[in-house]
Amino acid sequence: MDAVALPGAPMRRWRPKPLIDNAWTRYLVYLGAILYAALAFGTLEINWARAAEGFERGARFIAGFFPPDFITKRQEIAEGLLESITMTVVSTAIGIILAVPVALGAARNLAPLPIYLLCRAVIALSRTFQEIIIAIVFVAMVGFGPLAGMLTLSFATIGFMAKLLAEDIEEIETSQAEAVRATGASWFQLLAWGIQPQVLPRFIGLSAYRLDINFRESAVLGLVGAGGIGDTLNNAFERYEFDTAAAIMLIIIVIVMGCEYASSWIRRKVQ
Amino acid sequence: MPVASTSSGQKAWMRRTTSGDLAVWAAWLAGVAIVVASFEIISQATIWAFVWDAPTQGADLIGRMFPPRWSYLDQLWKPMWDTINMATLGTGLAILLGVPVAFLAAHNTTPSALLVRPIAIFVIVASRSINSLIWALLLVVVFGPGTLAGILSIALRSIGFIGKLLYEAIEEIDRTQVEAVTATGAGRAQVLAWGIVPQIMPAFAGIAVFRWDINIREATVLGLVGAGGIGMQLQASINVLAWPQVTVIFALILVTVVVSEWLSARVRHAVI
Repeated sequence: MDAVALPGAPMRRWRPKPLIDNAWTRYLVYLGAILYAALAFGTLEINWARAAEGFERGARFIAGFFPPDFITKRQEIAEGLLESITMTVVSTAIGIILAVPVALGAARNLAPLPIYLLCRAVIALSRTFQEIIIAIVFVAMVGFGPLAGMLTLSFATIGFMAKLLAEDIEEIETSQAEAVRATGASWFQLLAWGIQPQVLPRFIGLSAYRLDINFRESAVLGLVGAGGIGDTLNNAFERYEFDTAAAIMLIIIVIVMGCEYASSWIRRKVQ
Repeated sequence: MPVASTSSGQKAWMRRTTSGDLAVWAAWLAGVAIVVASFEIISQATIWAFVWDAPTQGADLIGRMFPPRWSYLDQLWKPMWDTINMATLGTGLAILLGVPVAFLAAHNTTPSALLVRPIAIFVIVASRSINSLIWALLLVVVFGPGTLAGILSIALRSIGFIGKLLYEAIEEIDRTQVEAVTATGAGRAQVLAWGIVPQIMPAFAGIAVFRWDINIREATVLGLVGAGGIGMQLQASINVLAWPQVTVIFALILVTVVVSEWLSARVRHAVI
């Protein structure tokens, strides 16, 4: 779409519309980005000599990974996996059960303002901190082991599920809920027949997705002593058993891939 | 519609058929059984005496966390700046590496669906399934402790995230615009630049900012394994049981995360 050159007028090339319309904001953003990059690289303390040495180390390190050793520590790997899986299952179940009431309270079309604010605060609290940080606190409270991991994941699940479910409840078709209410249904009947059928497919999809996330997270909680396969992995690293570590990481990748396929299959099926 | 007869011979509406009811009941039974069995295994690995002690321990912990040692804040600005840099530069690096991977992985832009696409998909899946903490664990051994390991582990984890969401966005573009550009006689690169890129720009900006927000959160804990940032201060404080300092760190993380989440929500609202 080159502009037609009018006689006497300079030829102007057509340009696509930029992402930020206002030219001033656009150049301010560019300037800010350049300034930030200069500042960030300027203050970064990177030991380049150590990093260069790292490539040689990296090669040896990767050589240490092969061949992955599934056999020597199979007992510990199996225990770690079992802990991770049980942690995932129980925490997802508990988290979902606790998330439903919070989600109902955090939906503006169902809950009065004080309850709404309270539930939103619970969600915000659960979502701001990284799982690892919550795990540190739980480990300090209930001791090392998978129970701390289970509590952490349950806590994180509440925030995740409640937020997404509440958003879903706020977007329902109100006419269906109204029709149920018009029959004289009580609040609980309204939930069961007016709202639950509308959000159920997405609820199942979210639960499957969260199960997947929880397994992934359970693989790292062990780093702070909260049990699971992460514990085994961390031990392998600390004992420089890199071949065992490689085996554990391969197992994690395979299970995560499997979980992801399963959860996306479930989501496709119900939506 | 499933119908049952009541004792008086009248027909009544039922939600499910009898076999449907049984199937649902069996599924619930299996689900509950799995959860209970799993909990049993966890419970065997738990020292319950510690757990019953938890309220006392919790109260004790909170007692030790307060009052926070606010003067410690002076030593935290530099690590926090490092944390933000790790997240930002890591996201930048991930964008540089993840965008080409996304184009190679999308059905409609991949040069070869048979050869290149599976490799790109594998890169995405491998990067996504390894948590950034595990990447950090590896990279700290290779490059030594410090921000470099943090930046790279953030980047390696984010490639998969950006690649996956972006290639889904590329696959969902409007075909007609691509066809229109192709019809003008444009080459492959021109189709990419004028037919596809403008369509995915808003999605791309949203994805990048969203990942940046997540990365801020992740960068706060990478220091626990030695990859730089505020997590190193956290680890040091926990190791010497300096709980009043831990409170200050938690508060600083809370503020940073809330601000970054607000920023990213603003940007996403603006571009979508």
